[in-house]
Amino acid sequence: MSDKILEIENLSVSFEGFKALNQLNFSMDTGELRVIIGPNGAGKTTFLDVITGKVQPTEGRALFKGKNLRSKSEHKISRLGIGRKFQTPRVYLKLTPRENLDLSCNRHKNVLATLLGRPSKTEQRTVAGLLETIGLSTKADLSAELLSHGEKQRLEIGMLVAQSPDLLLVDEPVAGLTDEETENVGNLLLTLAASHSIIVIEHDMEFVRQIARQVTVLHQGSVLCEGTMDEVQTNPQVIEVYLGQPEESDA
Amino acid sequence: MTANTPPTDVQMHRRSRRPLLVEAGIVVAIALLILFAAPALLTAIGQEFRINMLGRFLALAIVALGIDLIWGYTGMLSLGHGVFFSLGGYGIAMFLQLQLPEGELPEFFTLYGVKDLPFFWQPFHSLPFSIAAIALVPALMGGVLGYLVFRNRIRGVYFSILTQAALIVFFNFFNSQQKLINGTNGLKTDTTKIFDVYTGSDQAQGIFYLLTVVLLVLAYVLCRWLTSGRVGKLLVAIRDDESRVRFSGYDPTGYKVLVFAVSAGLAGVAGALYTVQSGIISPKSMDIAFSIEMVIWVAVGGRASLVGAVVGALAVNFAKSILSEQFPDIWLFFQGALFLGVVTVLPGGFVGWLRNQGQDHLRSLFGRPRRVITYPSLAEDPEVDYERQNLRN
Ligand SMILES: Nc1ncnc2c1ncn2[C@@H]1O[C@H](COP(=O)(O)OP(=O)(O)OP(=O)(O)O)[C@@H](O)[C@H]1O
Ligand SMILES: [Mg+2]
Repeated sequence: MSDKILEIENLSVSFEGFKALNQLNFSMDTGELRVIIGPNGAGKTTFLDVITGKVQPTEGRALFKGKNLRSKSEHKISRLGIGRKFQTPRVYLKLTPRENLDLSCNRHKNVLATLLGRPSKTEQRTVAGLLETIGLSTKADLSAELLSHGEKQRLEIGMLVAQSPDLLLVDEPVAGLTDEETENVGNLLLTLAASHSIIVIEHDMEFVRQIARQVTVLHQGSVLCEGTMDEVQTNPQVIEVYLGQPEESDA
Repeated sequence: MTANTPPTDVQMHRRSRRPLLVEAGIVVAIALLILFAAPALLTAIGQEFRINMLGRFLALAIVALGIDLIWGYTGMLSLGHGVFFSLGGYGIAMFLQLQLPEGELPEFFTLYGVKDLPFFWQPFHSLPFSIAAIALVPALMGGVLGYLVFRNRIRGVYFSILTQAALIVFFNFFNSQQKLINGTNGLKTDTTKIFDVYTGSDQAQGIFYLLTVVLLVLAYVLCRWLTSGRVGKLLVAIRDDESRVRFSGYDPTGYKVLVFAVSAGLAGVAGALYTVQSGIISPKSMDIAFSIEMVIWVAVGGRASLVGAVVGALAVNFAKSILSEQFPDIWLFFQGALFLGVVTVLPGGFVGWLRNQGQDHLRSLFGRPRRVITYPSLAEDPEVDYERQNLRN
């Protein structure tokens, strides 16, 4: 029980009657790297929305390290140790990569401490180290709006890590990247997996094969199956969902 | 700073401090020029009456700083800062109106047959209270209002409409309460006395001018402190993507309440300084147009630039007074055109233009190439630019 970092029980979310998540059950061990796949509209992003407090579940509950996340606001959940990367990169464009990382790195995020405190030596070193890790040292003091799409993706992953969360939620980190950048991000995630629990959502099967150990398939708001990449790929239900998608696209 | 300390640390310290010292030097120099050179110059060219004007416009520059703080940096467009400005103005005017022999009431009260001073006038007998109230009443009101609004995540246009609605409510209240606050007529200050001198006298006006310059410098320092460092970066982050900030573990509410309260307090101080130099405060300062003008000053000078806010307030107001002396009918058209022009041609305002194109123009003037801070292909690719604009959400 205690070594589960995330437990989701009978979770449902409906948007005006439409069930984006439907009686979803899911659990994940501490230290695990889990990949979630599923067709468009399966509810993957909504799943992250619930965990991070953006959307309230209609039914069921989500437990993080045994704590119920219901009706906690986004910043409280983040402070508990959950970091999230969005489907399209969301970094602060008018700030530099260094400033982006520094804001995430700040240990005390209430008004007074931020106003009166200065970045500590350790924090400055963390930021410099992270810039190195995500390969943006030379562009550390450029405005982030000048970064390429791939660099923004890496910067946002860096921002997650700077928060030093226990659980990283990464939504489509390689969408729109070149093969080379995809591999970079893959290696970055594998490195991070050594010290964090990570959920990665991805469509790119090549990439999934590169990083995946355990794969969960979502379909129409619930878990269709779970297993290693090979097991999942040979599962008849999964094949049907992916191949038969055009016929049931209104689901 | 002795020779024994490790050299790298000392150097780092010095390097980060030097630009600040230079800036402080420039600010003090400009302040001294405004204090001594400007009045002398205006007197020399026979435009003495413009000294008082300059004093009033410097007071308006303080509001502009506050507007820049919440709009330029944090992205909250307030169209109701006239309320805070007026609260400051009424605060000092009430104090001045009460500078009377024991037992007497301000004249307008007797006109409406009021025998007892309304309760909320009572504390304005005290100078320390009045001075504190000028900044703190608006700040407190801004803080409470801000808390209620921001906590409920009211943002953008809804926030602007709300501030405007508050402005209308306050205008109507002040405008209609003759027996409390002299209604439409407002409160006069130039015939009142402070420390046995008439407020309108040259001596008193000179001191108000000095005070305005000093307070403008202090307001600048306060805003500079707030907008540099982590909080400043966070304000920009809130402006550009507020919900992302939440997922990084920050609660934007506190930060927004803080800057809104500071901004309201600055408007109050400005209102008081403006009132004593113009001689009257009335509900007219809660006109919708005046609050919108405040925003125009900042837009013209340059959003998210403190210098821009000050320059914008001074430039637009001088343009206004000179143009409306010459051509009283066209000022409003001119103001509209100015705003449209700035928004469409110079979205970064005057200072924004100086920072970008201006620098390049200057460089090309001296035959040097344009600065390019990234791959040229990236900087000039229209497609990349399009994505930059549209990939935000
Ligand atoms: N706020 C909302 N209001 C109404 N419907 C929504 C809302 N958010 C998501 N949905 C719907 O819920 C379903 C699941 O959406 P979700 O974004 O979770 O899919 P996804 O699995 O992330 O898809 P993709 O792979 O395309 O990113 C979709 O049909 C979507 O239209
Ligand atoms: Mg999605």
